[in-house]
Amino acid sequence: MQQKQALTLRDVAVGSSARVVKLTGEGAVKRHVMDMGITKGVEIYVRKVAPLGDPIEVSVRGYELSLRKSEAENVLVEAVS
Amino acid sequence: MAIAIALAGNPNSGKTTLFNSLTGSSQYVGNWPGVTVEKKQGTYVRDKDVVITDLPGIYSLSPYSPEEVVSREYLIGERPDVVVDVVDSTNLERNLYLTSQLLELGVPVVVALNMTDLVKKNGDAIDVAKVSEQLGCPVVEISALKGAGVAEMMDAALAAARDGKPAACRMRFDAAVEEAIERIESSIADNAPAALARWYAIKLLEGEQRAIDALSPDAAALETAAAVRASLEERLDDDAESIVTAERYDAIAHLVDRAAKKSRKGMTATQKIDRVVTNRWLGLPIFVLVMTLVYYISVSTVGTIATDWANDGVFGDGWLYAGAAQYEEAVAEYDDAQARVEAYVTALYGADEQGVASSRAQEVLDALAVPAPDDPDDVEAADAYAEAQDTLAAFDDQARSLAATAPFEVESDGGVREETLSYADYQAAAAVEEPDPAAFGFYLPGIPVYLDAWLTAIGCAPWLQSLILDGVVAGVGAVLGFVPQMIVLFLMLAFLEGCGYMARVAFIMDRVFRKFGLSGKSFIPMLIASGCGVPAVMATKTIENERDRRMTIMTTTMIPCGAKLPIIALVFGALAGQVTDGVWWVAPLFYFMGVAAIVVSGIMLRKTRMFAGEATQFIMELPQYHLPSARTVLMATWERVKSFLVKAGTVIFLASIVIWALLNLGFQDGSFGLLDMEAEGAIGHSLMAMVSSLIAPLFAPLGFGDWQSVATSITGLVAKENVVSTVGIITSLGDAGETDASMWQAFAAMFSGSAPAIMAFCAFNLLCAPCFAAIGAIRRQMQSAKWTWFAIGYMTLFAYAVALMIYQFGTLFAGGGFTLGTAAAVAVLAAMLFQLLRPMPDFSKKKSPRRATEADA
Repeated sequence: MQQKQALTLRDVAVGSSARVVKLTGEGAVKRHVMDMGITKGVEIYVRKVAPLGDPIEVSVRGYELSLRKSEAENVLVEAVS
Repeated sequence: MAIAIALAGNPNSGKTTLFNSLTGSSQYVGNWPGVTVEKKQGTYVRDKDVVITDLPGIYSLSPYSPEEVVSREYLIGERPDVVVDVVDSTNLERNLYLTSQLLELGVPVVVALNMTDLVKKNGDAIDVAKVSEQLGCPVVEISALKGAGVAEMMDAALAAARDGKPAACRMRFDAAVEEAIERIESSIADNAPAALARWYAIKLLEGEQRAIDALSPDAAALETAAAVRASLEERLDDDAESIVTAERYDAIAHLVDRAAKKSRKGMTATQKIDRVVTNRWLGLPIFVLVMTLVYYISVSTVGTIATDWANDGVFGDGWLYAGAAQYEEAVAEYDDAQARVEAYVTALYGADEQGVASSRAQEVLDALAVPAPDDPDDVEAADAYAEAQDTLAAFDDQARSLAATAPFEVESDGGVREETLSYADYQAAAAVEEPDPAAFGFYLPGIPVYLDAWLTAIGCAPWLQSLILDGVVAGVGAVLGFVPQMIVLFLMLAFLEGCGYMARVAFIMDRVFRKFGLSGKSFIPMLIASGCGVPAVMATKTIENERDRRMTIMTTTMIPCGAKLPIIALVFGALAGQVTDGVWWVAPLFYFMGVAAIVVSGIMLRKTRMFAGEATQFIMELPQYHLPSARTVLMATWERVKSFLVKAGTVIFLASIVIWALLNLGFQDGSFGLLDMEAEGAIGHSLMAMVSSLIAPLFAPLGFGDWQSVATSITGLVAKENVVSTVGIITSLGDAGETDASMWQAFAAMFSGSAPAIMAFCAFNLLCAPCFAAIGAIRRQMQSAKWTWFAIGYMTLFAYAVALMIYQFGTLFAGGGFTLGTAAAVAVLAAMLFQLLRPMPDFSKKKSPRRATEADA
């Protein structure tokens, strides 16, 4: 079996979903990410990338959220089957 | 007994709409102490004893943003009688996250399920009874937009307030977490009020410092909390804050699963719109289109028409309805006749080399202007008229006897034609009467015309008349003239904000602006600033992040606004002399300078202590599109315009008086008093000249160390248009205007023809403190005197530095020697480059690890 690499929300392709495993980072940004509904176990659908390549738009808990790629890096995810 | 209701809810939950309909016109808008967060209060339209406080829109009660802190402190400290939690039913899961925290505060809560009509339209359903049972508080369906269910909701809220029973939430976390909370709760039982025990226990478990400081539990309780936290974190392999947040969301997801039925369907309308509007390829073109439209309507067309109407009409000479074209024609004819008369008289009686009439010629011209007395009993007027007629008769005799002629240049399409004026021509021209606008149609005079007549009628002292008309009306009027334009702009911005497009603007532009410490939403103020800085500064209100907003306010007026264009035109002309071909680059250069100034300022300021701190984040909801209610748009517009009017009435009023006094008072003929502006070079005796001479040496390194150019810059503070008219006054050219060649020469002469000095002067005036109207807007948006002064100080200092470099390096390249000034310019350049290029400094108290390793190496 292949060694499992730490996959982040940044790596998730547009048009596919992933499940949140853990949040890294700390302080206000991390809390804000969680307050917006990105918590352990939730499924996130990556909808699109902004015209200039950053930020990204995701669909989580039934609404649309945008965040920068640098912020998405702090969200560890796993692929959903 | 007065009842206090607090409105809480997520942004975009319809809270503002509900607040507007609950309070009507009784709103009071202020600020929460110490922060720039808006505080709105009002009384219930049906019961004046019910006071409603609109808390800022928040997603959570965490202690990180000023909005969250303000809401928390109000709820815990002030204990409102009831909290009405506005919940967007189409987005139940995230909205109930805040609800679950509100329920822990031990106050009565009523949940207002807003937009349930949309939920039904989508074919979904919410079991209200089940939600109410789980949350342990009344839940009422409303539609804030249509006003449905609002009265019932308020009845429930008032009943809950009178009852005073706190909400009893039945949602529970995972057993392990509940056990941990219970253990902490019992350890702080003596310390925390019973109603808030669970709230504080959860905060202690999360290890949140702000709550711990507020409660200050004993050491034993802290120890218990630390131990419980450590064991829980180990057991669940996560940090306590993440555990609690995840538990909260999981409990809500569980509730929503059972209480709400969602019919899985395709894309929502919002998703369909966004597929086009924020599309990878179409997103930018659509954005450009929308912005062009906003700019075109607010700045180019409707806004300018409205502003011109106000400036020329209300605060100018008045309006002429119908017959305006004929009137214009008559005015042109009259002006031409006047020019002929002057040419003839000066040809006969001489003029100096600059074309200024000799005193004898001037006497004749003045005599021509003396009117025949209306009132036969007015002896003084009759005498003056008789004297004038004598002067004219003497002139006529001489002209006739000499059969004098005079050369006269007539400008006709493209060329200049020489004409010879005979005595008959002179007589014909002198007989042309000044046209009266009232004779050409319906004429409505502006405020100054009325005021002038009225002040003369009541025998007001000339100085007071001048103060009121030239000082206050001209100054405040110049500022109030922007109001129509602001209304147009704010209507559009309020609409864009209300419908949800503003969030998309930030989404699209974020990448560009974050590089220099600004937000994607900074784009709109900067675009507007190319028209006028006042609405631009007011438009920064849509930027939520305080730091981004301040940075945008500080830099946005560096873009040349419409009023600065005449300055650029004047400089353009002065540099070009008569040939305008070689210097086409002047205007674009100054625009480019404005943009560069913003970028450079953004990067430099971001590395200062005032703007340092945690990197700005961009975690933003893209709300659903919907048509905002007319009332919400109108109220948002009115609020902003009103706050600007208040500023205009105070700050700008005082500033106008001060500038008027500086310009019109002074020592003339040995005594202090009102200057006779008709006298030659009167402005040289004014207080303005004295003040300007005092500070002029400061500007010597910039190439304009004389009082004239300094005075010009000071009057530019009232309105940038004044720079040109002041040059006119100082050079005795009157209102020649920025397109007049004689004005160009006089202006160039002020700087002894030095191109670098002229450029430096222009750069300084474009970048330094903006006009009073914009300063007023900055004061209003900054909500702090300190920040306002910092902004203005920074702009002026920055302008000084740029002008210094332009003049010094310009002089150096033009062959001037290396002087002390050049050295100063090099130092400034080096300092700016250092600030631009150095890495982000560390402002935290402890030494950063990177610096420590550098020191070791």
